[in-house]
Amino acid sequence: MTQPHIRLSDVEMTFSRPDGVGEDIHALGPIQLDLRHGEFFAVVGPSGCGKSTLLELMIGLTNPTKGTITFEGQPINGSCPDGIGVVFQEDASFAWLTVRDNIAFGLRRMALDRREQDERVEQALAMMGLVEFADVYPSQLSGGMRQRVCIARTLVTQPRLILLDEPFGALDQQTRLLMGDEILSLWRKTGATIFLITHALDEAAMLADRIGVMSSRPGQLIDIVETNWPKDRDSRIVENDAFGAVTARLWRSLRVESMKAIGKKDAQA
Amino acid sequence: MTKAGLIRLALIAVLLGALEVLVRIGRIDALTMQAPHKMLLDLYAMLASGKLNKAIAKTMGNAGFAFVIAVSLGVISGLMIHRMRRVRETLDPLFATYYAIPVFAFYPLLILLLGLGDAPQIFIGVMLGFVAVVVNTLNGLDRVPRVLLKTARVNGMNGLETALKITLPSAAPYILTGAKFAVAYSLIGVIGAEFIMSTGGMGYEISFAYNNFDNATMYPLIIMILVASISINMVISRWEKSLLKRRGLQ
Ligand SMILES: Nc1ncnc2c1ncn2[C@@H]1O[C@H](COP(=O)(O)OP(=O)(O)O)[C@@H](O)[C@H]1O
Ligand SMILES: [Mg+2]
Repeated sequence: MTQPHIRLSDVEMTFSRPDGVGEDIHALGPIQLDLRHGEFFAVVGPSGCGKSTLLELMIGLTNPTKGTITFEGQPINGSCPDGIGVVFQEDASFAWLTVRDNIAFGLRRMALDRREQDERVEQALAMMGLVEFADVYPSQLSGGMRQRVCIARTLVTQPRLILLDEPFGALDQQTRLLMGDEILSLWRKTGATIFLITHALDEAAMLADRIGVMSSRPGQLIDIVETNWPKDRDSRIVENDAFGAVTARLWRSLRVESMKAIGKKDAQA
Repeated sequence: MTKAGLIRLALIAVLLGALEVLVRIGRIDALTMQAPHKMLLDLYAMLASGKLNKAIAKTMGNAGFAFVIAVSLGVISGLMIHRMRRVRETLDPLFATYYAIPVFAFYPLLILLLGLGDAPQIFIGVMLGFVAVVVNTLNGLDRVPRVLLKTARVNGMNGLETALKITLPSAAPYILTGAKFAVAYSLIGVIGAEFIMSTGGMGYEISFAYNNFDNATMYPLIIMILVASISINMVISRWEKSLLKRRGLQ
């Protein structure tokens, strides 16, 4: 397997102002990145550095102003290939459908027999801890649970590459650790490649095989950290001495960038 | 029932009671106004005799038709206008001033164009209701969260599928608000037109009864129109409320 699962070459994104007034916003890049088949890759970076923009480029929602992205050898051009599943940063649950129907939404559009579909939905409900909420509407759930509904909706289609944009942002620290365990076991079970965007350094350090550190806008990868964790890790990895070292290295790379992001222009390394 | 609801009900009962008393003691003369209990008896007699069934069917049928056209055309137009920014910018100020136009002033012209049949009456009903549906549909579509549209695109849904499965369900409460207006407007349009110039329908019969001091026909017809309009409105309101409640918005 020499071919990367997804490859970003010289990818750049510049937004022009919709009204044509003012300077264009150079949001991202240039970025070079190869994701290996089946790896767990995390991206950390200060807010506004272009993480969500990067994700939208990878699913063809926007075309990069420069560079190319190929998924399984095929260039991505304006539409999301089958095989990629995404969970957005914002709440994307459908207020008019029950939790169960929300989760089944993408599946129902696939050529798959109904029994298999229903089975997958029930499995996802169980896995995401939503069984007792299957028949309620999203408005009755907390923000974190709604995000779990969206994760489940993506998982049931069994994507080979899963992109997650700060999926645990709305959760408390303890639940985040436990959801991390769920994602890890899911990753092991499915063999999917995972691309996780997060602003939490410890989350990235605990979950990922490799962590990309992004600079402030325009976001570029300024460091890539290999964790060398064993495949069957879980949240108890935080007790490991090496965990502290990984987190420390991430913070060393990010500190100056984060200061820039909050407006301290004269930040010193 | 809520406390406000009870008070509302009591208020209506008091007003009806007062009317009953005032007519009975002769403070309001029977040529102007019937006692409420008499209106109900007349209504019963009118329905039992069946002599106005044709007029009722014509008016309700035409208003129903106008309603269906106003809502379906309004929703489709709303969806299309929403996608065209330029058109939207041009039309928005026109929508805002639309209800300043006295639509009935065009009725004679419509008769010239569409003939003496039911068409001009239905047309007026549609003209009145249509814009309310368009404006409310646009309002609802403006509020569809962008992330839902992204979700649709990621799922490879085309424009029609996105409209049917994402944008319209998401905007449904607002569209129902538009539909409520359309119920009232289509009745107003059709009955108003019948008043002015037509040879049948409830509006015509009311006007005819009025000219002949026939209170036994006029008031029951007015009550029927009230009951029809209010009850349809209540059904849609219920539906609207349950949608909003489901979304945690009420
Ligand atoms: N559609 C857009 N038009 C203009 N600017 C945008 C658009 N999307 C994002 N941006 C800008 O690009 C930058 C990166 O945004 P984003 O990718 O959301 O950052 P992050 O997810 O890392 O917080 C921000 O400055 C944002 O304002
Ligand atoms: Mg983001």
